Order: sequence, then structure tokens, then C-alpha cells
Amino acid sequence: MIFVTVGTQLPFDRLIRAVDKWCAQSDLGGESFAQIGRAEAGTYRPEHISWAETIRPAEFQERVQAARVIVSHAGMGSIITAMRFGKPIVIVPRRAALGEHRNDHQLATVKWLGNRPGIYPVLDEAELPAQVQQILESGAAGGAVPAFAEDRLIETLRGFIHEG
Amino acid sequence: MGQKRKHVMAVASAGGHWVQLSRLAPAWAGCEVTYVTTDPGLEAEVREAAEAAGEPQPRFRTVIEANRWQKLRLLRMVLQLAAILVWHRPDVVVTTGAAPGVIALRLAALMRTRTVWIDSIANAEKLSLSGRLAGNHADLWLTQWEHLAAPEGPDFRGSVV
Repeated sequence: MIFVTVGTQLPFDRLIRAVDKWCAQSDLGGESFAQIGRAEAGTYRPEHISWAETIRPAEFQERVQAARVIVSHAGMGSIITAMRFGKPIVIVPRRAALGEHRNDHQLATVKWLGNRPGIYPVLDEAELPAQVQQILESGAAGGAVPAFAEDRLIETLRGFIHEG
Repeated sequence: MGQKRKHVMAVASAGGHWVQLSRLAPAWAGCEVTYVTTDPGLEAEVREAAEAAGEPQPRFRTVIEANRWQKLRLLRMVLQLAAILVWHRPDVVVTTGAAPGVIALRLAALMRTRTVWIDSIANAEKLSLSGRLAGNHADLWLTQWEHLAAPEGPDFRGSVV
């Protein structure tokens, strides 16, 4: 029902802990799945939800399509894929100060893209359950994007490719 | 007319950079295409997309994954990308980042191959470090945020979403 993903690179313990805690108190874990990133020695491994460190790209797309809600770090791969398949996505930005990423570009993503339809930013992971519940109960739809980039960008590139 | 088809090499690491690159595919419709990424698992997606678009099957090559602190892996990535570039000799290299994009673009620039750097849409407040390392060497340097465009580059020409 819920697909949790932290992207292809770094673990994101703060998010996975919050999800696991919530799954321990509800029956959501049974139908949900978490992709937790490449685990190292100290990486948190959830106990109340099925998980894998990484999954293949095809499985990633399948899980996005099958889910009712995506819960994710604020990474563009997850956000664009969720929008592409019309799935609501709750995004929790990684913070550089907590050692979760090299810099705070995910906060910038929340600021500049967080108001688009179907994208639900959560800055405090304690608010995650309430946000996901609200989406599940309201049956909120996801955002929508066409299959490809904006025409003007495609045309700029096509022009450049053929001018030389 | 009668000209040789352009050969486009489209480069991005797996994940968000790749998702953005693949949304640009109509720009190289009708060209000879070589994709370069870091995850062999993406080949199926490339094959399906070409079929759906009615395009001939592109080449698909992978290089090792590396970030900026993994010097030995980066060196291997440089050698792999150099080999791919020298062997296939594209007319244009297009990349959305990250590490393989910077390296492919710098190598291509040395070979006088024309290059495009499209900074990730994730960089909404300032250009990425890799964008600053690569952008100045690109023939076409684009940001996906209008407020980041500058007279000395990059330009803004729309975004992938």
C-alpha cells in the first residue's frame, strides 16, 4: 500500500525509523515495502516492514505503480516517477546538518517543488503518519506530468544537436 | 539531406539524473544514440522506450559507479568513458550529471566533441558543484530554473517536468 524509498545511494535512518515505528503501531507494514539504501554497519534495519537495500529500476517502477502512496526522501528520481504514474508522494528532505546528504539541496527541492499538486512535504518526520493517513482517507490523487520534458527544452536540444 | 545521421551520446548516473535524461529522449529521435549510465538494470527500460517510440535500438553501455571521494573508482570511470568516447566517436555528448556526466563532458571537450550540460532540477537554489565543474566547458549549458540563469551562463530553456 505504501512504498518507502530513499534513493539509490545513501541510507536515510531518520525516515526509515519513523516509518518502522509507525508500522509497529499499525497494520500498515504488512502491505508496505521499504527500500532503505546501501546499509552499512550502523544503518537502521526496520523490523515491522519488508525491505531491501536496493531494487532494480524495473521493480522500482512496478512498486511505484502498485502503491497508493509513496513516502520518500526529496530526490528527483522518486518525485518525477511518482508524478509520472499519478501517485501522491510524501517527501522528507535530507538535512546536511544531520549527515544525511552533502548539502541541503533537498530542502531547496521542497521549497521550489513542494507546492506542486500531488507532492506533500513533511519537514518533521513525526508528522509522517498523519500526512499519509490524510492522503489515504481523502483518496488524494497524485500529480501529473507528461511522458517527456517541456517542448521548448526538447526543441533547444534538438536544434543544438542538428546545427553543428 | 543525405547527411550522415548525428550520433548522440546521452550520459547520466542511475537514479534521479537518469530519470531526467530519459525525459529528453525526443530531442535525439532519429539520431544514432548511445546511452551511458551506471546500472545495467536500466537496459530493459531503454529497450522498451525505443520500441515504444518506434526508434531503432540504441547502444547501451555502463560504467562503474563512483562519487567524488572514490578516487580509484573515479579513475576507472575516466578510463571506461574515454574508451567509449574514442571507440564510438559521438557528434554530441548530452548529460544531466552526475560524476560520469562531468567526466564524459570534459573528455568530449578535449576531443572537440560538442557538449550539452543540463543541470539537475534538484539544484533549485544554486548550481551543483559538478555543474560548475562542467558547465564552463559545455557548448550548451542549461539550468532548469529561470532564476539561476546568468549572462555568463547557464541559460534557461525550460525543465524536464
